[in-house]
Amino acid sequence: MTEKTILYRGAEAEICLTDYMKYKVVQKRRVKKTYRIKDIDDRLISTRTKEETKLISEARKQGVSVPIVYDVDLKNGIITMEYIEGKRIKDIFNYLNNKERIDICKKIGENIAKLHNNDIIHGDITTSNMILAKGRIHFIDFGLGEKNNEIETKGVDLHVLMEAIDSTHSKYSDYFNYVLEGYKKELKENASLVIKKIEEIVKRGRYR
Amino acid sequence: MICLGIEGTAHSIGVGIIKNNRRKCIVLSNIIKIYRPKQGGIHPREAANHHAIHLADLIRESINVAGLNFNKIDLISFSQGPGLGPCLRTAATAARALSLSLKKPIMGVNHCVAHLEIGRGTIDECKDPVLLYTSGANTQVIAFAEGKYRVFGETLDIGIGNCLDKFGRKVGLEFPCGPKIEKLAEKGNQYLELPYSIKGMDIAFSGLLTASEHYYQKNKRLEDICFSIQETTFAALTEVTERAMAHTDKDEVLLGGGVASNKRLQNMVHKMAEDRGASFFVPSKDLCIDNGAMIAWLGLLMYNNGIRLKVEESYIDQRFRTDMVDVSWRD
Repeated sequence: MTEKTILYRGAEAEICLTDYMKYKVVQKRRVKKTYRIKDIDDRLISTRTKEETKLISEARKQGVSVPIVYDVDLKNGIITMEYIEGKRIKDIFNYLNNKERIDICKKIGENIAKLHNNDIIHGDITTSNMILAKGRIHFIDFGLGEKNNEIETKGVDLHVLMEAIDSTHSKYSDYFNYVLEGYKKELKENASLVIKKIEEIVKRGRYR
Repeated sequence: MICLGIEGTAHSIGVGIIKNNRRKCIVLSNIIKIYRPKQGGIHPREAANHHAIHLADLIRESINVAGLNFNKIDLISFSQGPGLGPCLRTAATAARALSLSLKKPIMGVNHCVAHLEIGRGTIDECKDPVLLYTSGANTQVIAFAEGKYRVFGETLDIGIGNCLDKFGRKVGLEFPCGPKIEKLAEKGNQYLELPYSIKGMDIAFSGLLTASEHYYQKNKRLEDICFSIQETTFAALTEVTERAMAHTDKDEVLLGGGVASNKRLQNMVHKMAEDRGASFFVPSKDLCIDNGAMIAWLGLLMYNNGIRLKVEESYIDQRFRTDMVDVSWRD
């Protein structure tokens, strides 16, 4: 058996680093939950694994950088994918120079628009779920994602990022506007509808 | 300090008297009376009439059980919201009358926050929990963050208790249907597939309710349907609770609300906590359901922290949200 290093342990899955053929890969393994009956556990693990894989490959088709999926094990809930060696946006965002930061924000916005143009909702857009590698921003973890064409859902998707920038990069909370600038440029629908929705969501006072 | 609390947000009218021993709550009495509609769901005006009829007796009884005189009461607290307008008004009116006639201060409290504080107040080890609050109308996952009790997940449509009651009514069970469904579910053994609806940390039950009713129309065994409803909804509730715990980095989980007395729900959340190495707490049943003691306890916490309310400003708020309360009594 090849060696496994656990990179992260979440409520639903663990992420580990391992080998696959001759590649260095990441495996997302959904954890079996002992509190629910097997019928439910099996169904959730396999449908969620399938959904996530589908979203990753659809995102790729739209020209958004995501890890390449090498293998999917629906029964055990394991996605084996490319290991992206780079830096998390979360870790570098505060240390970039201004021009770079603006540039990254615009690119993030453009990428989100590409997803939304095809009704792909990421579900958890935060700077910890983006990796800068070889000059490109890679989006990871589509575990909370879905296909949805509603303005509301797209607004919520962007609002998550707004909150993330607010809390993790509070000094640069205005930079969300550059994200919107990139988003507007790339979105096929009328972006002002989505942006209006974000304002509405903020007024509702919930946190996601 | 001794506080009398009046709860009246929905079905239940309750009067409780508590005192504090430093930061812990001692319940001296906790009397509850539940309005049971003859048929159908709760009718707000009829529930309020029920509360008005019984309230004076309940106050007297709770004073007697506590073994006190009225002049020993230092503070009157009432459920300010959220809830049904007529019920809230009935409880608030009684609280104002007591406050004015006894010349004691009044305090209005948030019902959902009270469910969390009574757990912290009565269980020694319970300090900073994530609360899974499940009742008829409310289904929320609440935790303390940055000065407020924030809602990390909640139902997008109906409360879990409401979901159980609606299904129960459809198949001819009596209110409250939760305990009857729990009994039936124990005899169920075949799982029937039902929608499992989680969005992020939010949850929805209405699709599951419709699907369950369809199974009933198709003459599936009632025991199996009840089993499947419990297994599906409780698994989803446990999952969002676990997500909130991971997100907020907390290692305590507390149950509250009427549905918290369901043994299968307790068992699932307990197991989840064990697997995470977290602690699991559930208050005694009379402190889980809607009750006056929890209202009294939160009132006392707020008053001792310097919060004051004038009688002329003691309005009720039907849409009083959990996160509207500034939680100044916690560090």
